[in-house]
Amino acid sequence: MPSLKDLKNRITSVKNTRKITKAMQMVAAAKLRRAQEAVEAARPYAERMDAVVSGLASSVAGSDSAPRLLAGTGDDKVQLLVVMTGERGLAGGFNSSIVKLARNKIMELRAQGKTVKILTVGKKGREQLRRDYADLLIGHVDLSEVRRIGYDNARSIAQELLSRFDAGEFDVATIFFNRFQSVISQIPTAQQIIPTMVESADEDADSTIYDYEPSEEAILADLLPRSVATQIFAALLENNASFNGAQMSAMDNATRNAGDMIDKLTIEFNRSRQAVITNELIEIISGAEAL
Amino acid sequence: MADTMQFDLVSPERKLMSAQASEVRIPGADGDMTAMPGHSATITTLRPGVLAVTADGQTTEFAVTGGFAEITPEGISVLAERSLPKGEVTQSVMDEWVAEAHKAHQEAHHTVVDDAAKLLSDMVAMGSHIGLDPNMPSL
Repeated sequence: MPSLKDLKNRITSVKNTRKITKAMQMVAAAKLRRAQEAVEAARPYAERMDAVVSGLASSVAGSDSAPRLLAGTGDDKVQLLVVMTGERGLAGGFNSSIVKLARNKIMELRAQGKTVKILTVGKKGREQLRRDYADLLIGHVDLSEVRRIGYDNARSIAQELLSRFDAGEFDVATIFFNRFQSVISQIPTAQQIIPTMVESADEDADSTIYDYEPSEEAILADLLPRSVATQIFAALLENNASFNGAQMSAMDNATRNAGDMIDKLTIEFNRSRQAVITNELIEIISGAEAL
Repeated sequence: MADTMQFDLVSPERKLMSAQASEVRIPGADGDMTAMPGHSATITTLRPGVLAVTADGQTTEFAVTGGFAEITPEGISVLAERSLPKGEVTQSVMDEWVAEAHKAHQEAHHTVVDDAAKLLSDMVAMGSHIGLDPNMPSL
């Protein structure tokens, strides 16, 4: 049975923890709102880009002049996984769910006899993957100094990917990130970005026939690298919103647990205080009776 | 034919301008073009340059680099990787852009060196057009 003083200390310490988790929850909520706004703001650009690229791609695809970024290297032996996680923890299953998805993919690819390379974005993913797959890591992008994710961050990641692709270091690149669904639900997602995936464009959806200036191929060659950067940017923003959402709900849970624990400890504290008083009374009364 | 058309200028991070425009001058890769309502549907890439939008008789100018413009008879959307109102392009911004284009030119693979050289010279030309000293680095 812990002493009264022990109990009191524990209550104070849990109360402090609750204050911290509550503060973290509120900070995450504020950041989440900003992150969601950023996702919304980036959407028009990404949608237009997608529409134009897939329109162009479907008309160029299959021809010999299709750029390598679209047609691929004609092989899929070397797979590059770009694992995007958070820079920090304390966000529930946010980081581990991405890493788990990536791990499954690694095992699947290795079972098929493919070579796997990993590029990590975000410290947490690298820490977790380094334990098992240290030899596969070929690079890391550090975003811990970045306060607000900008397009420039996405572009530098894209440039690194593209120069590795040009150097023939891999055939297929896939990005792993959490798609933001709601505060309580983030969906770990794998998305192939190199070679560019073309969704079969609806024939009747967009029947406008465009003039292209310069040629279709030239425009496509200009746009494909930008489209890679745009997809990475969208993934970074989704990931950021997911991280803040996950952190918010994790901290909400922690705050509630701390509250429950305080209640339990307070009851125990009161009980033992009463027990102590009763004990003292018994001692006094029996002392008086003995006289 | 309508007098105005929907004009949108979007960057990856946000929408910069959305207005009913009567005339838009676009720095296309193959030369400037002015689009008015009813223009035939065209997609063109952009070279670094000045985009001028006329809406309600007022002309607003933006410095844009990288991206493309999608023109339809009903409207124009310009997707620019970077874009700033002309007034906000200061000497230091210009220096940064030129330095970056210069770096890209030096690192460029020999097959794309022409593209990079064009990008750099367009960037420098935009600087002089705006009235800033572009500090042309020697190639």
